[in-house]
Amino acid sequence: MARKIRILVAKPGLDGHDRGARIIARAFREAGFEVIYTGLHQTPEQIVSAAIQEDVDLIGLSSLAAAHLYLFQKVIDLLKTEGADDIMLVGGGIIPEKDIGKLKAVGVREIFPPGSSLEAIVDWVHKNVKPR
Amino acid sequence: MSALFKQDEVGKIKSGKEAWQEQLQKKPAGPRSGKETFTTVSGKEIGPLYTPVDIKDFDYTDKLGFPGQYPFTRGVQASMYRGRPWTMRMFAGLGSAEETNERFHYLVSQGQTGLSTAFDMPTLMGYDTDDPKASGECGKCGVAIDTLKDMEILFDGLPVDKLTASMTINPPAPVLWAMYIATAEKRGIPREKLGGTIQNDMLKEFIAQKTFMCPPEPSMRLIVDTIEFGTLEVPRWNTISISGYHIREAGSTAVQELAFTLADGIAYVQAAIERGLDVDAFAPRLSFFFNSHVDFFEEIAKYRAARRMWADIMKNRFKAKSERSLWLRFHTQTAGCSLTAQQPFNNVVRTTVEALAAVLGGTQSLHTNSFDEVLAIPTEEAATIALRTQQILAEETGVANTIDPLGGSYFVESLTDQMERAACEYINKIDDMGGMLKAIERDYPQMEIADAAYSFQRDFDEQKKIMVGVNKYVVDEEIPVDIYQTDEALEDRQLARTNEVKNNRDQKRAEECLERLGEACSGKENVMPCLIEAASAYATLQEMCDVFRKVFGIYRDPGTF
Repeated sequence: MARKIRILVAKPGLDGHDRGARIIARAFREAGFEVIYTGLHQTPEQIVSAAIQEDVDLIGLSSLAAAHLYLFQKVIDLLKTEGADDIMLVGGGIIPEKDIGKLKAVGVREIFPPGSSLEAIVDWVHKNVKPR
Repeated sequence: MSALFKQDEVGKIKSGKEAWQEQLQKKPAGPRSGKETFTTVSGKEIGPLYTPVDIKDFDYTDKLGFPGQYPFTRGVQASMYRGRPWTMRMFAGLGSAEETNERFHYLVSQGQTGLSTAFDMPTLMGYDTDDPKASGECGKCGVAIDTLKDMEILFDGLPVDKLTASMTINPPAPVLWAMYIATAEKRGIPREKLGGTIQNDMLKEFIAQKTFMCPPEPSMRLIVDTIEFGTLEVPRWNTISISGYHIREAGSTAVQELAFTLADGIAYVQAAIERGLDVDAFAPRLSFFFNSHVDFFEEIAKYRAARRMWADIMKNRFKAKSERSLWLRFHTQTAGCSLTAQQPFNNVVRTTVEALAAVLGGTQSLHTNSFDEVLAIPTEEAATIALRTQQILAEETGVANTIDPLGGSYFVESLTDQMERAACEYINKIDDMGGMLKAIERDYPQMEIADAAYSFQRDFDEQKKIMVGVNKYVVDEEIPVDIYQTDEALEDRQLARTNEVKNNRDQKRAEECLERLGEACSGKENVMPCLIEAASAYATLQEMCDVFRKVFGIYRDPGTF
């Protein structure tokens, strides 16, 4: 049997809004994925190191305090440095429309803005993520 | 005793209601079956019609009384808004101290009657701009404060002896308060004259908002230090704002918001009494902060129940004697989580309804969210519309003319009673666990909220709960608003200023102050005098917070979901 998709849900930076991250972690678990949640206040270094150690297929970053451009880029850079850029990265939270293009251009595969349904996000994972 | 209804009358009404229900079953009048359940945004089922039957034993004097009289259901002051309108206090903080100061001056010029400060994430977490953990976050969701210098700029030219200032700050609350006192005293305004509020409510941080620094026990000690210091030296200051707002934003129900907030309040009062303070000396300075979500009547019932419950708790559990100790005075903010990024102008309408609920519920002060707050820090234009919303409610609509206008409504009274009962059950459960600190250690309130948040999300996905423009009436749109942009050069400018302050200060004095602070933390001495000294010596926010972290340790998120 193929192994389950492994997902790291992470909260980068000092932002404490974890309602979305915890809901999505639960939805992923209910959808049958293996989920690791970092807890709050993680540096990009901690997130990348957890992703590698846990051998995940996907990282989901949640940001609601406006530091997404800096922090997501940092995670992308570190994944490259560590030779782990085959781990897919997506994000969600309060991310203005104009930043979505910028984030996708640097390698964030998808952004799920406020109002995204859990079903749509889980479907996206099924369609786009394969266990590595 | 002053029972409102004669029991034989209630009996007649009951038969009448049953006959009406039969008629209802026979003739569904519209496309709906008539058998659907209708629930509040919290998932509480609401009946089709309320009559005296629903509040048959209602005793006017016991349940309501008069405004300004026990049990304060109808309001804490006798005259309510006829004596003084609520304080219009818009939460503001953006980028640099200069920019935020400019916004404060603007809001005051537009008729705002109190100040409210939003800090950036590093400040909220007790880090200076030059800490690696703060990279990329300077000024992003509030104003960056590293030293007294920033504080001086932030309140420059504002009459801090006349306007009250609220600061949304939690783990570093004693530090920011010390900076505020030092700033005022440098301007010749003595601390006894200062009025304002520090949020300073760590229990709800562990439960919901999640900005934390030290573990719960020492966090409580610092809070009691501020309560004690305020009682003795800054008598017009609210040293804590016991907050349900963030509990609700994290996804709780209205009942959970009410119950956990009051349970937090109980823990603070208990801790201050254990310190040896007289309950009537400090209780009048406790303040509260609630959410106003979009479910109109549920919110009004929540505020009314909160006042009645707190008066009972203070009188009967803590034996408070002074009337003011029984008052639950509260600030309200409309619900950020009810706003939508989609079709954002609709948010003006949501905010208006929520603000109206807060006013009909008897709030003492109010922040109305700007319609663009779901996208970014509000622009000046959006913040102005939000302020105008309050002014229209206060000065055009007449809703503030009479006190507690919904008092006596069968529905609102029934809902108020039900909220009180359900919240009491939660409080009893938390008492049985050994109080809120113990409940938090068990992850109890955190998981109750997570369950409620998840359940709402599922209902939303299944369209059992509707958000207009998000899961119904959806349109393809380009977001039609200009959003606020943080200046990218801000971080460098802030770093430069903090460096300059550090280079120009009396280094020896700053170090001595920090050493004294460490001694106070290790012993039992109140930390506030040392913090005011250290702030005046231009010790930085993080230098002071690092002393806390070193002596008390660091709390880490358990990361459950």
